[in-house]
Amino acid sequence: MIRKRLGRTGLPYLLLLPALALELLIHLVPMVVGIVMSAKQLTQFFIRDWSAAPWAGLGNYRVAVDFSAPIGRSLLNSFWVTCAFTVLSVGLSWLIGTAAAIFMQDAFKGRGLLRAAFLLPYALPVYAAVITWSFMFQRDTGLVNHLLHDQLHLTSGRPFWLIGDNSFTALVTVSVWKSWPFAFLTLTAGLQNIPRELYEAAAMDGAGVWQQIRRITLPSLRPVNLVLVLVLFLWTFNDFNTPYVLFGKSAPQAADLISIHIYQSSFVTWNFGSGSAMSVLLLLFLLLVTAGYLFATSRRKGADD
Amino acid sequence: MRINRLAAATAFAATLALTVGACGGGSSSSGGGDNSSPKTLTYWASNQGTSLENDKQVLEPELRKFEQQTGIKVKLEVVPWSDLLNRILAATASGQGPDVLNIGNTWSASLQATGALLPFDDATFAKIGGKDRFLPATIASAGAAGKDPAAVPLYSMAYGLYYNKKAFAAAGIANPPATWDELVADGQKLTKDGKYGLAIEGGNVSENVHHAFALGQQHGTGWFDAAGRPAFDSPEAVGAVKQYVDFIAKDKIAAPGNAEYANNQSVTDFATGKAAMLMWQSAGANLTSHGMNPDDFAVAPIPVPAGATGTKATTSMVAGINLAVFRNTKNLDGALQFVKFMTGDDEQKQLNKTYGSIPPVKAAQADPAFATPELKALSDVLATSARPLPQVANESQFETLVGTAVKNLLAGAAAGKPVTDDTVKAELTKAQQQMPAN
Repeated sequence: MIRKRLGRTGLPYLLLLPALALELLIHLVPMVVGIVMSAKQLTQFFIRDWSAAPWAGLGNYRVAVDFSAPIGRSLLNSFWVTCAFTVLSVGLSWLIGTAAAIFMQDAFKGRGLLRAAFLLPYALPVYAAVITWSFMFQRDTGLVNHLLHDQLHLTSGRPFWLIGDNSFTALVTVSVWKSWPFAFLTLTAGLQNIPRELYEAAAMDGAGVWQQIRRITLPSLRPVNLVLVLVLFLWTFNDFNTPYVLFGKSAPQAADLISIHIYQSSFVTWNFGSGSAMSVLLLLFLLLVTAGYLFATSRRKGADD
Repeated sequence: MRINRLAAATAFAATLALTVGACGGGSSSSGGGDNSSPKTLTYWASNQGTSLENDKQVLEPELRKFEQQTGIKVKLEVVPWSDLLNRILAATASGQGPDVLNIGNTWSASLQATGALLPFDDATFAKIGGKDRFLPATIASAGAAGKDPAAVPLYSMAYGLYYNKKAFAAAGIANPPATWDELVADGQKLTKDGKYGLAIEGGNVSENVHHAFALGQQHGTGWFDAAGRPAFDSPEAVGAVKQYVDFIAKDKIAAPGNAEYANNQSVTDFATGKAAMLMWQSAGANLTSHGMNPDDFAVAPIPVPAGATGTKATTSMVAGINLAVFRNTKNLDGALQFVKFMTGDDEQKQLNKTYGSIPPVKAAQADPAFATPELKALSDVLATSARPLPQVANESQFETLVGTAVKNLLAGAAAGKPVTDDTVKAELTKAQQQMPAN
């Protein structure tokens, strides 16, 4: 009897073992390595044998969060830039994605074609897409200035987009262009699950389009939106490719996203300990936000039910 | 359920976050090379030709020649510039790398400090034919002063002032400028009707720092003090950078749009006649491929301050590619044989001819192929007025930080912000403060 119970309780764990081992190997080991590196003075003198690098304890962290010193100050600046960038990019991507999904909800001629066209930015390879944007944003020969300045006469001179303060606008534009199709795709899938009868019943009761969207569509999409916003947030906050292809190794200060900043602090300046410390801080921040987000949203859901 | 979801999502977030920063760790790799695998070599070549494929076509026949001579098979991999340094660092950290590799010569001292490269002491040099075969300036760009070089020079280049002969003739200018005052005066004569006197690659961090270095030498700073500490915001350094930024800010001989050039647009501008002067290394082949007639341009040394001598008459960095042996090689003798082969007179002539660079080997330079006016001018610069970038362990940080500072200043100048000694100094001080304290 006891043996049988042991076998029954033990078997699931046994079956989970391979997955657990892989999880450890793929997720936890690199994380632990990163954390160990962050506690070392890992510069070019020690990368050949990094066990010989002297321990820095919390030294790398102290430098990273010392906001009165240049390194900490620029990290903090980069952090705020990234926050503003993420809020704008996720917000706009979500808004455009939702609007497009709702417009495409009812069948009309050419809907399939439009849907496919909307998904193009998502299907294009990142590098090809972003390098095209960087050509379009060039000051003298780019399409953007040709349109804004030469055709529409909206600006007095030709603004720079890839250097200086406008680079933030350029970065948000490309990021939104790149991520809204994902929001569109996810929400389109979500919309399929809303029964048509709900809309019909609402129309019978005299609800207008806005009311239908507010009272039926959005509440029904809530579970999808919860995941969508979280995923977009994590992707956007960590986005490396877009700024790297757009601006190269040294992004302008106005568009100095944290992932590029960390890359600069480790690879370009060969200080891997400091870069790891910043990564760990970023990890902690994202963990905190994610946990807070899930806690808040699941509590509200409990209250709603 | 809630806890599980929380845990899953946080684990997901954690993984995403760490992919940003957690570059793979290293194993403790033991000591030097040996000869346990004497029949093969792996060679990482940098991208010197028009494409990676082009490099393979150029190098493969030479490698087969080497195989015929020695029986050693060389496995070639051409690594793009954007990956090369990262690949070398990863190889250094893991101890798993090529046997022989190309490095940008400005990385020499930084990579030397990692201990990943085989030092070329006198005995090692003897095995490849001796140190004296190379131009002294190119040897000086292969490692920190007073240490055995970490590499040997392979292809050399130098900066020259390319000028458009037609535009000069049309503006009534007989000779290329020899001093900066002349350059600015000529530049202002040439700047009219939407055309500019000079094109600069202002968004390119490396180009910026190369010019900042040469100008710094002319102003009397080596960017590092005698103890190897950074001195980025000395009055001399400020003067040098300000002079460069002023091409856009005060002299207005370069187009403001140049501040964002980072994809060799300045070469295109020069080739298409939009700008009459260009400071570049070995641009000839590039210019003709843009459709410029080789008779329409000529090369002169980069200007110097009037009456400058010695280091103050530096007109270029020593640019080029070095050849290094990875210390963990499993075929030390073969690797050195390969270095000897690649730096031999025949290969030096052949490869430098193909790539449009200058052989750092003196004997090979005598070949008539390098006697074209362009290459003659550049090899004179290399022999007389070129100096290596600071050969200190923190060189790559210097390149990134000062190059970025100049890029930021040019961006400000192009947007019409005033450029003064104070603004330049503030930007350079910021760069210096980010240097690691060691």
